[in-house]
Amino acid sequence: MADTTHDHAHGHDAHGHDHHDHKPGFVARWFFSTNHKDIGTLYLIFAVVGGVVGGALSEIMRAQLQFPNNHIVTDGQQWNTIITTHGLLMIFFSVMPALIGGFGNWFIPLMIGAPDMAFPRLNNISFWLLPPAFLLICIGLFMGESGSGWTLYPPLSNATYEHGMGMDCTLFALHLAGVSSLLGAMNFITTIFNMRAPGMTMHKLPLFVWASLVTAWLLVLSVPVLAGAITMLICDRNFGTAFFDPQGGGDPVLFQHLFWFFGHPEVYIMILPGFGVVSHVISTFSKKPIFGYLGMVYAMVAIGVVGFVVWAHHMYLSGIDVDTRAYFMGATMVIAVPTGVKIFSWIATMWGGSIEFKTPMLWAIGFLFVFTIGGVTGVVCANAGIDEAIHNTYYVIAHFHYVLSLGAVFSIFCGVYYWMGKMSGRQYPEFWGRVHFWLFFIGVNLTFFPQHFLGLAGMPRRYPDYPDAFAGWNYVSSVGSYISGVSVLVFLYVCFKTFTSKAPVADNYWGEGATTLEWTQTSPPAFHTYTELPRIL
Amino acid sequence: MQLLRRFYAALIITVLMPLAMPGGHGAFAQAPKPWEVGMQPAANLIKQKINDLHDLVLWIITLTTIFVAALLVIVMVRFNAKANPIPSKTSHDTGLEIAWTVIPVLLLVIISIPSFRLIYFQDRTPNPDLTIKVVAHQWYWEYAYPDQGDFSIESRYVRDEDLKPGQLRLLDVDNQMVVPIGKNIRILTSSPEVIHSFFIPSLGVQRYAIPGRTIETWFSVDRPGVYYGQCNQICGADHSKMPIAVHAVSEQEFKTWSDQQKKSADAGAPAGVQPRLLAATAPTANQVQR
Repeated sequence: MADTTHDHAHGHDAHGHDHHDHKPGFVARWFFSTNHKDIGTLYLIFAVVGGVVGGALSEIMRAQLQFPNNHIVTDGQQWNTIITTHGLLMIFFSVMPALIGGFGNWFIPLMIGAPDMAFPRLNNISFWLLPPAFLLICIGLFMGESGSGWTLYPPLSNATYEHGMGMDCTLFALHLAGVSSLLGAMNFITTIFNMRAPGMTMHKLPLFVWASLVTAWLLVLSVPVLAGAITMLICDRNFGTAFFDPQGGGDPVLFQHLFWFFGHPEVYIMILPGFGVVSHVISTFSKKPIFGYLGMVYAMVAIGVVGFVVWAHHMYLSGIDVDTRAYFMGATMVIAVPTGVKIFSWIATMWGGSIEFKTPMLWAIGFLFVFTIGGVTGVVCANAGIDEAIHNTYYVIAHFHYVLSLGAVFSIFCGVYYWMGKMSGRQYPEFWGRVHFWLFFIGVNLTFFPQHFLGLAGMPRRYPDYPDAFAGWNYVSSVGSYISGVSVLVFLYVCFKTFTSKAPVADNYWGEGATTLEWTQTSPPAFHTYTELPRIL
Repeated sequence: MQLLRRFYAALIITVLMPLAMPGGHGAFAQAPKPWEVGMQPAANLIKQKINDLHDLVLWIITLTTIFVAALLVIVMVRFNAKANPIPSKTSHDTGLEIAWTVIPVLLLVIISIPSFRLIYFQDRTPNPDLTIKVVAHQWYWEYAYPDQGDFSIESRYVRDEDLKPGQLRLLDVDNQMVVPIGKNIRILTSSPEVIHSFFIPSLGVQRYAIPGRTIETWFSVDRPGVYYGQCNQICGADHSKMPIAVHAVSEQEFKTWSDQQKKSADAGAPAGVQPRLLAATAPTANQVQR
């Protein structure tokens, strides 16, 4: 497989030069790509679109919740559809495409010295499955028929309660996105195991590659379970089966088990690549190697493995036995340990370093702070006893937005600013990058921190309207969301300034701290890189 | 301008709220308060234990977060490029790595011990004094009292236009769930159609109401008053409009009330309530879970 790619490259460059890159024509290049860098770019653009649409939905949500008894979204079904779509878009059409499809595709081959992914054409179908899936989700949104929450629990998601095609379109969209992830994951695993350059042993793999490897394994093992659950739901909805309908001998809780068996690894799928990005950035800007490399690797592996055996902490109130709850509570708290190891290792990396506070480093340090907050509130939620009072409240929303909307998204912006010059050959404006960071940091903290208070006080989630007592913190949260919204506009401006800048960018524009292989390539890299096998010392 | 008016309206509501008399009975009422930052005050031992455990965990996580933040500040001040131009090459310290593995484990053990005790305490009561079947519907609650004369009542939210002075929007209901104080009340939840969740923060109780299942939990109430809760699992268009109000009264008042309910049920309650109750919650072959 690798040989075919080499022959292909040599066919173009008889003497191994990569000065004369023969790029395909526009349609062949962008619709029929077999190039990991171009496919990575497609994913990143798609992730921005998904994030903007998902974010716009969240602005509508926060506008409705700004005051009690508001009239922006007056219909409960419409509200339920909006919140469902918001969740699905952010998870499957923004965070995952950015970290896995975008940065994974761009940098795994570059970091291990491989000329492309193991299956370059399969890589393309992985991407192109997503735009149709996105359209199907939008059909569910516009028809107002996908009002089950992103967790899709039957019986609410069943045909009796969500009639119409919209819910089926949403479910099928998730099938497509699932296949996309599955194929991509298989591609990543094969590439990382089989196409490392000589000398690049597993214990020399950059941490972003390790993170992507663990993520890919989580995808391969969990996505098929989601696919099974969704197929069963589609059959219940359309073909008269009763997997989840008690009147036919089925059980709604079965769906919950299947969904969360996927759902819990899914959240680690979303954060692990982010851990990888943050490791690279902290190392680069502290000008030090990552502290405790092996500990970092095994922490990620441990998080991945343990992440598979804690799913029912999402189901504490579904009638599972008390001993079962006790087990899941214990197992869930265990995950705090490897996560803590990582946070302390990152700080220890910075300790003794010579830190430069460029924009990527701001995002990375911000990540450490906000992810710690999100992580510790997870410990609170893990306690089934406390969970009885905070399950499905805004406390849970605050928790997962801190680890995702602050954690994972910070890591995405971190990677964007870190690798923007490498990918595009143009550098971002440092001033506006900082403005973006600070506006977003203030905005999202103002949005989500008060939600801890709302949750402790008992405000349920997925509510378009609330008792008047919750008005105060909701107002603050909404103002915060508008600030974050403005910061996204600043980000789009940063992108515009970047792509219209003329100054050339060096191979390694970050200096001595950037030690991984992508920094040995030009900015942007040649269309085909590593046409000659690199050797790692 | 409209926005400003809405803002002032919201501000006035949140300021005057504490002065309003919720419940409308002159009785104590436990509802969320404006700008509340913590758990609702406990009305029974379960919630007290939850609040206490949460306080313990909150201390631990706050100190942890402050510790991490402090380290970050120190690092940024001591090791920025100007202050420390030559980076060190240290990338290992076994002692440190052991410490930051073992100490979090110890902290988690400290949290686990009371936490495991709490869930076993919360699960069910060995000596219930009375049982209430809570059946969730789209979009109202039905409370059945099988051992008080087998009657049931339906509880719907009070619409905005019907709110009486002192009543809380989205929290007050037409028929409250009346319970005696100081008794262990076994709750059995179920639903005939979609999943709902029976959630009363101040009583420290929450369980899903799942079709095909009967889930058991329990609570008690220490003092008389009205305790508000809301449906807490997305159940369709009016998910936010099916609140719960538990009215805890003295044993004597409860007896009077339940006798009265039983009489009107025997005399011919609203048609279809009891038969539907039985059909909806009859356990199927693989159910009666906890």
